[in-house]
Amino acid sequence: MSDSPALPKAAPGMRNLARTLEIDTRLLGMIGAFIALCLVFHFLTDGRFLTPRNIFNLTIQTVSVGIMATGMVFVIVTRHIDLSVGSLLATCSAMMAMTQTLVTPEWLGLGLNHPLTAPAAIVVGLGTGIVIGAFHGWLIGYLGIPAFIVTLGGLLVWRNVAWYLTNGQTIGPLDGNFQLFGGIGGTLGETWSWVFGLICAAAALYAIWQSRRNKISHDFPVKPLWAEIALGALVTAAILGFIAILNAYQIPERRLERMFEARGEVLPEGFTAGYGLPISVLLLIAVAVTMTIIANRTRLGRYIFATGGNPDAAELSGINTRLLTVKVFIMMGILCAISAVVASSRQTFHSNDIGTLDELRVIAAAVIGGTALAGGVGTIYGAILGALIMQSLQSGMAMVGVDAPFQNIVVGTVLVVAVLIDTIYRKRTGD
Amino acid sequence: MADTIDRSGTPLVEMRDISIAFGGIKAVNHVSVDLFPGEVVGLLGHNGAGKSTLIKCLSGAYRMDAGEIFINGDKAAINNPRDARRYNIETIYQTLALADNLDAASNLFLGRELTTPVGLVDDARMEAETRQIMGRLNPNFQKFSAPVSALSGGQRQSVAIARAVYFNARILIMDEPTAALGPQETRMVADLIDELKRQGLGIFLIDHDVHQVKELCDRAAVMKNGELVGVVDVDSVSVDDILAMIIAGKKPQMAA
Ligand SMILES: Nc1ncnc2c1ncn2[C@@H]1O[C@H](COP(=O)(O)OP(=O)(O)OP(=O)(O)O)[C@@H](O)[C@H]1O
Ligand SMILES: [Mg+2]
Repeated sequence: MSDSPALPKAAPGMRNLARTLEIDTRLLGMIGAFIALCLVFHFLTDGRFLTPRNIFNLTIQTVSVGIMATGMVFVIVTRHIDLSVGSLLATCSAMMAMTQTLVTPEWLGLGLNHPLTAPAAIVVGLGTGIVIGAFHGWLIGYLGIPAFIVTLGGLLVWRNVAWYLTNGQTIGPLDGNFQLFGGIGGTLGETWSWVFGLICAAAALYAIWQSRRNKISHDFPVKPLWAEIALGALVTAAILGFIAILNAYQIPERRLERMFEARGEVLPEGFTAGYGLPISVLLLIAVAVTMTIIANRTRLGRYIFATGGNPDAAELSGINTRLLTVKVFIMMGILCAISAVVASSRQTFHSNDIGTLDELRVIAAAVIGGTALAGGVGTIYGAILGALIMQSLQSGMAMVGVDAPFQNIVVGTVLVVAVLIDTIYRKRTGD
Repeated sequence: MADTIDRSGTPLVEMRDISIAFGGIKAVNHVSVDLFPGEVVGLLGHNGAGKSTLIKCLSGAYRMDAGEIFINGDKAAINNPRDARRYNIETIYQTLALADNLDAASNLFLGRELTTPVGLVDDARMEAETRQIMGRLNPNFQKFSAPVSALSGGQRQSVAIARAVYFNARILIMDEPTAALGPQETRMVADLIDELKRQGLGIFLIDHDVHQVKELCDRAAVMKNGELVGVVDVDSVSVDDILAMIIAGKKPQMAA
């Protein structure tokens, strides 16, 4: 995924520039590959790929796998694997669906679309994820059963626990507020999207400035000021550009009419509105930021990477690696539950096959994003980019009209080739 | 080297009748050694004699099958490395015990990270501290931002030594600390041992170089096949006497 053929030749200059900017070259490679992929599909679809509408859809399709992929990074970094995430998602989804269609409206007598329904369902879902994740972690960390086996069992168990919870039925429609997390059903609108974008940009600039100040205060070398400014400008442009694109996707007139009708008003002549940032994408961004902070700035994250790099050294440094395993799988469980919220509300109902094969997509996203199966190496942003690349590939091929079987052949091949390129890259750069 | 250690008081460390077996192998078999403040005790023996295993009982890496450990005369319960650290025991392991994917500072502070007021790890401060101590131990060391997998064997060893020294140990365990070091760096470790000794630390030093042991240590404990051959005052025996103890398991007649 990293080298396009042109990159190695241009390397010395490019790499020096990257080093001055302190951007990791693998990230650049992945972004390059992603952009190349988008341009190819844009060309092949006669300009239908890079439209606001398609970009909007791409992002909401990526959210569920992207959220789980961030957790899979920690699992794989600690030299484990989780094959059960798709099934775990299904069980969380089933629990939440039953809560909001049976428990709160009927047993508790709150009726349909009560404001407490969605929060109650989400709490139940998160609880389910935490309990099952902790159980997996305990089996792996304290009883010493390999994660591969525990989660292979979990793959079968939780898929069918979900089936029993719902008697194999499709449960829906889900609660109205709950459906706000589904993507197109819940967006911030143009104004709030801009507000959010500006806050993000300001936060990013503050982080860059803060890090520079911190380095100066310890007399560490800093990159040249122009590089810092260029990086800040780039980040700001990327954030605001993304918001602008999502805002440019216009809500269809008929839908606007219905929205105004619901409020007892009439759609004014010539009124238009963009969707803006979906709440589900907001959720993914929040997860990504939180997980990145955990990975880079907390003891927990430090211990996760240390344990992945050398479990014995971690143990000898006083780290409780068994408890750490439990914590990692609890995080994975929580993220499966969050993904279950997004996935079920996106389809507006719970179905038996929800999350099927997600374990493979999630693992592929993490691995394409540079997470090493040998442990100790991986990044959150890489996993999300990996998820985005996988999703673009899939939807791009669907738009071009590639047969479904051939789509899977391509995705499988890309996974293997991406890891091959990454292996070669690591050998050459020596890290 | 033995400039009169006062051995009349309670020992800093007393390991009494330690035994540990792996499967059928008695790796350490009823071994007793002690260590006084300001003293360096060398542990010698052939490969597989049980030296590393013995000190791992003290550092909390292994749980001994039988025996007792006393620190300052009080019975100590050391069940894991955290317990040992609580007794101010620091260890340089033969395998160095570094997380290869992390940089020097992260390794130095692993398990004891410095944090900012809000509880996040303070990488900048840890790097600054690391630069400072490495400047003292190995001024040639420059690779602060690379993962330790990118360091040479000797540089990795310096990081492990820095980690053991940084946290104000009272008891220091060094398992072949100079195995990968060049002559200049070995000299610096020897100076460091002398300095720490003067500060009143007790040091267990495992080393295969008998001359170095004679130069750096006050006493030498020799092990063979998991058993203690004997403990001798290095100044009252010759290199050949010590070699005879290591190879033949013979304790010299006039041993202290
Ligand atoms: N974790 C373990 N599991 C099984 N056997 C072990 C283990 N650790 C040590 N041993 C065995 O215990 C014995 C003593 O090993 P130890 O590492 O203490 O030797 P040593 O004196 O440090 O040798 P060297 O000079 O080579 O470092 C050896 O026979 C070794 O095979
Ligand atoms: Mg040894």
